[in-house]
Amino acid sequence: MLWNLPFIAVVLLTAIGISIILLKKNLVKIFMGLNVLTSAVNLFIIAVGYREGGIAPIFTNAPSPVMVMPTPQALCLTSIVIGVATTAVLLAFAMLLYRMYGTNDVEAIRELRG
Amino acid sequence: MIEEFIFTNLPALMVAVPLLAAFVCPLVAQISPAMRKMWVMGSMAITSLLGLLLVMRVYTMGTFVYVFGASTPGLSIPLDSGGIPIRIVFTVDAMSAFMDLIIAIVGFCVILYSLSSDERRTSPQYYYTLFLLLIAAVIGMVSTGDLFNFFVFIEISSLASAGLVAYSVEKGRAVEAGLKYFMVSALGGIFLLFVIGILYGQYDALNIAMIAQRMQFTMLDKIALVLLVAALAAKCGAVPMHFWTPDAYSLAPSSVTAMLVVASQASLYGLFRFTFTMYHLSLNYVTIGWTIIVLGVLSMVIGVTMAIPQKDVKRLMAYHAISQTGYMLLGVGVGLAVLGNETAINSFGTIAMEGGIFHIINHALYKGLLFLTAGAIIYRIGTRDLNRMGGLGHSMKYTMIFFIIGSLAIAGIPPFNGFASKLLIYESVYLFNPFLAIIAMVVSILTLASFVKVFHSIFMGPPLPEFASVREVPLPMLLGMGILATLVILFGVFPQTVVNLIVAPAVHALIDQSGYISAILGGA
Repeated sequence: MLWNLPFIAVVLLTAIGISIILLKKNLVKIFMGLNVLTSAVNLFIIAVGYREGGIAPIFTNAPSPVMVMPTPQALCLTSIVIGVATTAVLLAFAMLLYRMYGTNDVEAIRELRG
Repeated sequence: MIEEFIFTNLPALMVAVPLLAAFVCPLVAQISPAMRKMWVMGSMAITSLLGLLLVMRVYTMGTFVYVFGASTPGLSIPLDSGGIPIRIVFTVDAMSAFMDLIIAIVGFCVILYSLSSDERRTSPQYYYTLFLLLIAAVIGMVSTGDLFNFFVFIEISSLASAGLVAYSVEKGRAVEAGLKYFMVSALGGIFLLFVIGILYGQYDALNIAMIAQRMQFTMLDKIALVLLVAALAAKCGAVPMHFWTPDAYSLAPSSVTAMLVVASQASLYGLFRFTFTMYHLSLNYVTIGWTIIVLGVLSMVIGVTMAIPQKDVKRLMAYHAISQTGYMLLGVGVGLAVLGNETAINSFGTIAMEGGIFHIINHALYKGLLFLTAGAIIYRIGTRDLNRMGGLGHSMKYTMIFFIIGSLAIAGIPPFNGFASKLLIYESVYLFNPFLAIIAMVVSILTLASFVKVFHSIFMGPPLPEFASVREVPLPMLLGMGILATLVILFGVFPQTVVNLIVAPAVHALIDQSGYISAILGGA
């Protein structure tokens, strides 16, 4: 049970993230939901990549030649960087929309239909 | 010496040249606007040239495997790695080369066109930075043989294209369209990352060939497949995830829209690559095949019925783009549904896939052409509303001719290229399920009806007094459209040559999973 704790957290975070995106009306809150979802996936990748007693691949310092490949951590770092860029662009959009429409409510920003 | 360097590093240079050019562009623009134009055009011309070289090499010498950072570029599995391709590998097989060809052609025409059409934009240097970034990302998406690398490139393409869609703010409407597009893409990206986590957790590999070889098709793989299909179908704008397409396509600058069509097709390529190469026979191909067919048929019908009542010329064309994506999904979906059935795939499955794949390049050409003509009209008269247009045939003769070529091609009238690929789809799908073929034909007729209306309201009628000063668009725009129009006609007049030369190898590359695996892992 305790082993599955990170995965339970992933499921909870995913549920929270998706429900925020679907239920909230404010753009900034929707972006926060998106970030929660990204964190869920990052946590999932890190949890999948965890090996108990694994040795970090610092070759000069490793006590044994068997080490853990740091791919999941590398993936996670890349994904965090991409997440930052995504959030920056989204917030820039929210700012522009607020300037143009005077609101950040998704139900009011509905010029494009049909 | 330099030749050898170029030939051994072709796939890397294809991405590196536009990527570097993108970020140097604002610096070069400091010198003078003319220098900026030359820089953008020159780097795109080099990219296209490299693309054509790569395509020729792949079609004559087989799959090109390029390993980043390896001692020799073809060494995909380092000797001390224990049999796992740990480096990032670019695998350019016939299908990737096919997509590279599309990007090389359309990218060149679109940049040429945008030199004139986008010169009035504010800070064009950043506009071109995003544009070249989009091109680099799309090339990367179709070239890569690494799952995580695909994710990175798809995110770069989302970021760049969202910025481009929102570039001409248009009282906030373009930003709204960009936001919709980017939310869908960002969610799709998260799904894709989740898939990568699932697959890496099970198979300890990110290389597509390696995962394909180890594929067990467990319950987790099924979840991964569902997420993959959902994410990539949303990115390529298939119904029911199509809502961003009309907004983004209609509000983006026209040259960007033509490139967005190609970017969507790169996602379509991802969908085909993962279902065919990564899962292949291990998946329940009948169910997934039918899912793709149903998505395709829905896209065709809903796209065209939504297009008919539109008043905005680009919005109308965007709905047609959704409808045409349906044809590709239908053709390739039929191929997937009969993948395990030896007699069926030989008698009509391959032809259906040839039709679907051939339709990808045809669609990129004629849809790109149509969006560019729409952009040319908007460039001159400044409105997108069909009800306010009229009589432009008197003053914009060349644009009118290009528009006729594009609209006849999209409606599937011989001798234009749309006819060639649609005929392949009709014939083969009829053998699979006659009902689907009839739907496809009805959609084609509706497309023709819709474009007759558009043509009539834009070009026919007496010259209107408010458009008395309208002239033909500048030469670079005409050249960009002209190249695409020439190719539309050439592909329609010699369809068999094109199918044999470039389409059939691409289809074969998709079906032949073991060939893909052995190109990277050796043996098999």
